[in-house]
Amino acid sequence: MYKTCKEDLIQIKKETLQKKELSENKKRIKIIVHMGTCGIASGAQIIMDTLHYEIKRKKSEDVIVSISGCMGLCSREPLITVKIIGQEPIVYQHMDKSKTLEVFNSHIIEGKVVAKYALARGTEEQIKQRITNNGKLSGELVLDNTIPGIEEIPFFTNQEIRVLKNRGIINPEKIEDYISRDGYLGMAKALEEMSPEGIIQEIIDSGLKGRGGAGFPTGIKWRFAARAESKDKFVLCNADEGDPGAYMDRSILEGDPHSVIEGMIIAAKAIGANQGYIYCRAEYPLAIKMLKKAINQAKQYGLLGKNILNTGFNFELKIYQGAGAFVCGEETALMRSIEGKRGMPRPRPPFPANAGLWEKPTVLNNVETLANISQIILKGSNWFSNIGTELSKGTKVFALTGDINNIGLVEVPIGTSLHTIIYEIGGGVPDGKKFKTAQIGGPSGGCIPAEHLNVSLDYHTVKQLGAIMGSGGLIAMNEDKCAVDIARFFMEFCHEESCGKCTPCREGTKRILEILTNICEGKGKEGDIELLEEMGETMKDASLCALGQTAPNPVLTTLRYFRDEYEAHIKHKRCPAGVCRNLTKYSIDPEKCIGCGLCRKACPTDAISGEKKQYHKIDQNRCIQCGLCFETCKFNAIKKN
Amino acid sequence: MKYQNDELLNEFSPQQIEELDRTIEKFKGEPGGLIPLLEATQGLLGYLPITVQKRISYKTNTPISRIYGIITFYSFFSMTPRGKHTLRVCLGTACYVRGGKEITEVIEKEFNVKPGETTADNTFTYETVRCLGACGLSPVIVVDEEVHGRVKPSDVKDLLNQYKK
Repeated sequence: MYKTCKEDLIQIKKETLQKKELSENKKRIKIIVHMGTCGIASGAQIIMDTLHYEIKRKKSEDVIVSISGCMGLCSREPLITVKIIGQEPIVYQHMDKSKTLEVFNSHIIEGKVVAKYALARGTEEQIKQRITNNGKLSGELVLDNTIPGIEEIPFFTNQEIRVLKNRGIINPEKIEDYISRDGYLGMAKALEEMSPEGIIQEIIDSGLKGRGGAGFPTGIKWRFAARAESKDKFVLCNADEGDPGAYMDRSILEGDPHSVIEGMIIAAKAIGANQGYIYCRAEYPLAIKMLKKAINQAKQYGLLGKNILNTGFNFELKIYQGAGAFVCGEETALMRSIEGKRGMPRPRPPFPANAGLWEKPTVLNNVETLANISQIILKGSNWFSNIGTELSKGTKVFALTGDINNIGLVEVPIGTSLHTIIYEIGGGVPDGKKFKTAQIGGPSGGCIPAEHLNVSLDYHTVKQLGAIMGSGGLIAMNEDKCAVDIARFFMEFCHEESCGKCTPCREGTKRILEILTNICEGKGKEGDIELLEEMGETMKDASLCALGQTAPNPVLTTLRYFRDEYEAHIKHKRCPAGVCRNLTKYSIDPEKCIGCGLCRKACPTDAISGEKKQYHKIDQNRCIQCGLCFETCKFNAIKKN
Repeated sequence: MKYQNDELLNEFSPQQIEELDRTIEKFKGEPGGLIPLLEATQGLLGYLPITVQKRISYKTNTPISRIYGIITFYSFFSMTPRGKHTLRVCLGTACYVRGGKEITEVIEKEFNVKPGETTADNTFTYETVRCLGACGLSPVIVVDEEVHGRVKPSDVKDLLNQYKK
């Protein structure tokens, strides 16, 4: 076992950076294959295998291939970055085996960039430098400038990368890579130079709030636990990211696991804990694998376990795997789960800071929260709090998905407007459709409609609109989505995941779901809307935990902003978006129909009739609103409603 | 014990029962070890019927009601045998918005299964999941641990037939 001290860390950093530098007589070329779960699912492993094979075949000893976690631009996966010494790096997108071969032969062997596959010149880390230097960095030859510089791509330039600083750069399976980027130096400072109260004060001063959704000030939580008197205390990491549509934590766990471990050790020093658990959902096998490897390597280097950095501080860390229960993301339920019980929340007080895991003082923090800690300690609270809004400091990572061009993971200063995220970073809504709403905060959150696009996203303003910031899931929806159906979708989720312990949630989710389903099927009646509002407010007031308290949010916000859609469903038995089958009427536009007969053949109930080359008609009595004709027609002649 | 053994031998081989006992010993006594024990057991035997629960209850001195309560609470545990492959269709928000529902309809029609059921030929146990975190590739389906992204309803049949061999 290697006993590291702070000087060793600095030495490892120096040596690793030296080793990684490209040189004319050793490794001239570096290729990084970005391999998070999405990259692998899109075929990144095949690309990796192809590169290894070609390098062996062509005996290209001056080329090195490495991996990193994801770069954040999921919609263009698989991505690779090619860097030749003395030249600017090129990021390639949508790669596959044949494109990889082309790039290998053309760019790597012959030095000719393949512009048609390139996304950008330069890496994300170079953006600020490239802007200052007009797109040309010293020591880096500018290549084909028909390819945009990365600083010209709004998806990247509108982001502020802090907690994700290692993304696309380090190999998560190599602790030396993490150390070479100032890894574990925050921990060294905390253990060697700071008192527990000093650490806590720094975190309080930074203004960091919990990034898991509740937004509770992290430093205050730590202070409560530090003051509790007990021989045993625990630090837990909530890696049970269950919000559908959110994968910020997965990306950090897969691509930069040490940032979480380091954060936990600093938290442990602050509150006086010597044991910790990372509760990671079982649906993230790659994250679990990376965490296990990272923990082992940290132990080998003496950065985890007994007598860390020779300071006498001990911290043991274990991973606990979830078993498929969303409610276990709730802090008290998570602790019951680690205790080997059903994941059912408990009333508070007592708060976990006083009586948590096995009734001992416990601090539970979200992955993104913990990943921020080391830099706050190393760079100071002012560095963190110099961006954000008055009440909410720092940056937030959002998972931007749904009906949006640039699906990806984005980190922006808190207070960035929804408009910037959707249009500048997200590239707007595809296929010429109109933006309808952005669902924020998952099943606990709400819908922000187009009229509030200019809202600056912070914990306070989002709450005023009826939603919550949540953990970072941000799902764009276009005009073809039905607000009632979306509310029903989220309530179905909450109903399935409700633990059943308290009546308001157990019964409320079931009955609200019944009413919404009836409305979507055309069985809605007068008084339903008022009943939904009443039940929603009751659940918010009386549920035992945040699952039940926030489950009505999607219904209540869609009622607030899209009440007319509910009324159309109930009073007129019509679904304006054309989603709810029973309430959607299909008809054929005589001006567009050319009588090709494809719809007639596709119809499963023979509801369409018409002569060849004559305008066709749908018999509404036979039509079952399956939508097959709509999907089949090549002339846009089938209309919904 | 003999009665228990006889019951277990109806479904599992003596070697499997021996491995089960070894697994129980490994996690016994670990604080909070019951859930990891059940996960390991399910990995070993494929499912957790009452006979196995009785064995665990006896050997860990845990009331069987607690074990049953945990198995029925967490969606990862199954009391019935599972198919050769686990097929999960993601119905998280992003996948739902980009066509996840249509994929479930194709699967349910083509293979004649509902969520939680196993196909007649035992190839797939079909489940719907809420968010695998691969939203950038929506809609997503996962077969065992292999993630398939940007799936079109028309591709599903061929994709799944690959696993039938």
